[in-house]
Amino acid sequence: MQVSEELIKQITNAVLAQIGQQTKTDAALPSNEVPSMAGRDRINEKKSDYSGYPKAKKGTDPKEVVIGVGAAFQREIKNTICGIPLDEVLRNVKAGIEEEGMVSRVVKILDTSDVCFMALEAAKLSGSGIGIGIQSKGTTVIHQKDLYPLSNLELFPQAPLMTLDTYRKIGKNAAKYVKGEQVVPVPCTNDPMSRPKYQVKAALMHIAETEQLDPKVGSIEWEG
Amino acid sequence: MKRSKRIETLDNRPVNLDGYINEWPEMGFVAMKSPYDPTPSVKVQDGKIVELDGKKREDFDFIDQFIADYAINIERTEKSMSVPSLEIARMIVDIHVSRKEILELISGITPAKMAEVMNYLNVVELMMGMQKIRARRTPGNQAHITNLKDDPVQIAADAAEGALRGFAEEETTMGVARYAPLSAMALLIGSQVGRPGVLTQCSAEEATELELGIRGLTTYAETLSVYGTEKVFIDGDDTPYSKAFLNSAYASRGLKVRFTSGSGSEVLMGSSEKKSMLYLECRCLYVTKGAGSQGIQNGSVSCIGVAGAVPAGIREVMSENLVAALLGLECASSNDQSFSNSDMRRTARTMLQFFPGTDFIFSGYAAEPNYDNMFAGSNFDAEDFDDYNVMQRDMQVDGGLRPVTEEEVIRVRRKAGKAVQAVFRQLGLSPISDEQVEAVTYAHGSKDTLDRDVTADLMAAEDVLKRGITGVDVVKALAESGYEDVAMDVLNMLKQRVIGDYMQTAAILDREFHVLSGVNTPNDYMGPGTGYRVEGERWEEIKKIPHIINPQDI
Repeated sequence: MQVSEELIKQITNAVLAQIGQQTKTDAALPSNEVPSMAGRDRINEKKSDYSGYPKAKKGTDPKEVVIGVGAAFQREIKNTICGIPLDEVLRNVKAGIEEEGMVSRVVKILDTSDVCFMALEAAKLSGSGIGIGIQSKGTTVIHQKDLYPLSNLELFPQAPLMTLDTYRKIGKNAAKYVKGEQVVPVPCTNDPMSRPKYQVKAALMHIAETEQLDPKVGSIEWEG
Repeated sequence: MKRSKRIETLDNRPVNLDGYINEWPEMGFVAMKSPYDPTPSVKVQDGKIVELDGKKREDFDFIDQFIADYAINIERTEKSMSVPSLEIARMIVDIHVSRKEILELISGITPAKMAEVMNYLNVVELMMGMQKIRARRTPGNQAHITNLKDDPVQIAADAAEGALRGFAEEETTMGVARYAPLSAMALLIGSQVGRPGVLTQCSAEEATELELGIRGLTTYAETLSVYGTEKVFIDGDDTPYSKAFLNSAYASRGLKVRFTSGSGSEVLMGSSEKKSMLYLECRCLYVTKGAGSQGIQNGSVSCIGVAGAVPAGIREVMSENLVAALLGLECASSNDQSFSNSDMRRTARTMLQFFPGTDFIFSGYAAEPNYDNMFAGSNFDAEDFDDYNVMQRDMQVDGGLRPVTEEEVIRVRRKAGKAVQAVFRQLGLSPISDEQVEAVTYAHGSKDTLDRDVTADLMAAEDVLKRGITGVDVVKALAESGYEDVAMDVLNMLKQRVIGDYMQTAAILDREFHVLSGVNTPNDYMGPGTGYRVEGERWEEIKKIPHIINPQDI
């Protein structure tokens, strides 16, 4: 009988597949063992396609504050790192802006997941020059279009400590910067133990956000 | 399932509040070695490196190119690369092979080779290596001086107390970035009240930080971050070349500078290129060396939650500290970020640098309670001072700190607060009340102090920048308001900029402003009976902890 290379390969694959199945059933993982991700290149297999969305426009309304949200915002990621629903986050930031008599517009930033650059891009799109960047994990920056990228008006680096009240105050303060008022920054909070608890989760959420980037599309109108 | 009480008890221990993750090389969650790490190699043609760690010159990214052109000793690279990694690892711990000899050999190896050498060393061997390779003969320590309110009066008082306690460098940062000029000024004044010669810096956005340095409101800089992959560099709007340029900008004004890097940053930024944290950190350290920096702050630093979450992560952190020392860089070895909920775990992690001693064991020990630490918490804080002092005494180890008396602490805190009050008044900045100084003098943290008028402070901070106030103006204000001694010390700090000796590797200043660096006081450890030993006056000082039993009281 002629044994071709191809046949050997087919048989080997079939045997390997069966062995694979057997080990799965025979050695059921203990309840506490986390399956290995080794070999996988992404967290979410699917990438959202935003090519059909309207491109974000540069605003002209001097009363406008643009909110730039992360690439995975409200899609792949629905809650911040400490579990606050992103719908609620957005609602509160917008409410804060409106309470001060200013106007909000939301864009989704698809060319960077760095919160400072996201906020700066929002600021540049904003009619007033004031913008807010919000990563899907909840980290937030208030920025102004003519500042250095890594500088800011206010930075809220510790996402696990954010509350809906903080998000509302961020909206209010952003609006106050538009009005040219003397603004008292939202008081800082600090929990030295959030790093050991949350940093790995933050890394994973950032990866999930970054893998959704689509620099060709840039930034899009997201709602409102 | 009916729960075991034993397991339930264990589940509730602080160590189980920490985050852990399995190795996932594709996303960079791997400490010492990734299956995707390159195999070490080098090829030189016409005096140029044309192949580095398996990559041809035409395929180099900008990090490879920078390293090949500036960070590897081309004359000796082929010779160094022919020495087996195991042999280099053994030389590192061999007391008969000198630091000088090893540094010469190492100057020719590539980043992948360096990672391979580290993989042969266990943690005790890494510590042995550090004891021998550290640049400066005496170890040192650095403090974080910050508070939740960005209160300059508290910064001055904590800086004074920190300096008194032995920190050779003090670093501040802000919750509200715009406070920077006031924070820098308060730190400069307070540090000199506590102990003349302490170096200070203000971690801020790079351009602001440079401006504060040029004006003489800080005396060193540290926040020049470098990364191990091209993508993360670009995200930060930077390249190795731009960092080298920034480094020169500081050098041109006579300021001490060190770079910052640390494993896990590429993972956090989602761009690790599947490489191990150690290999990427080696690349950072080569870039640092190539850019001409005298030193580095590294050891995962603010990404310690990532390194600490993977197997062998803390071994990796110590490895990267040793790599820095092997490249001849000053190493400020992290321990500066809260890392674990477990007191046992956070202490164990620090012992790797504490026992052998590094140029700065902490690159930010929180000299305030951690709730006030605006670097998001350090691994040790003000509440650990006595533990730390007792550990120095237990092991006869120099961790860079000393016990103090309550009277001294109160005295320097008050004087620092008063001096800042006087300078602010003299320069027409936001007012500081006597009650405020008094509260800060006796305070533990910002929960015990009075609130500042933030709007007035921010206007004053802007004013400092607008009016072009410099270190010399601070000297004048101090002298004119009766603080001639502090004025002299701040002036002496400014003179260092003209002398320039403190730009040498691992330099610190003693209270007479003499430089102690890796150049004039190099580490000469070569086994028992050599190198720095804790003895004489320093040992007597370490012994004097509070709460010692007086036999006559029994």
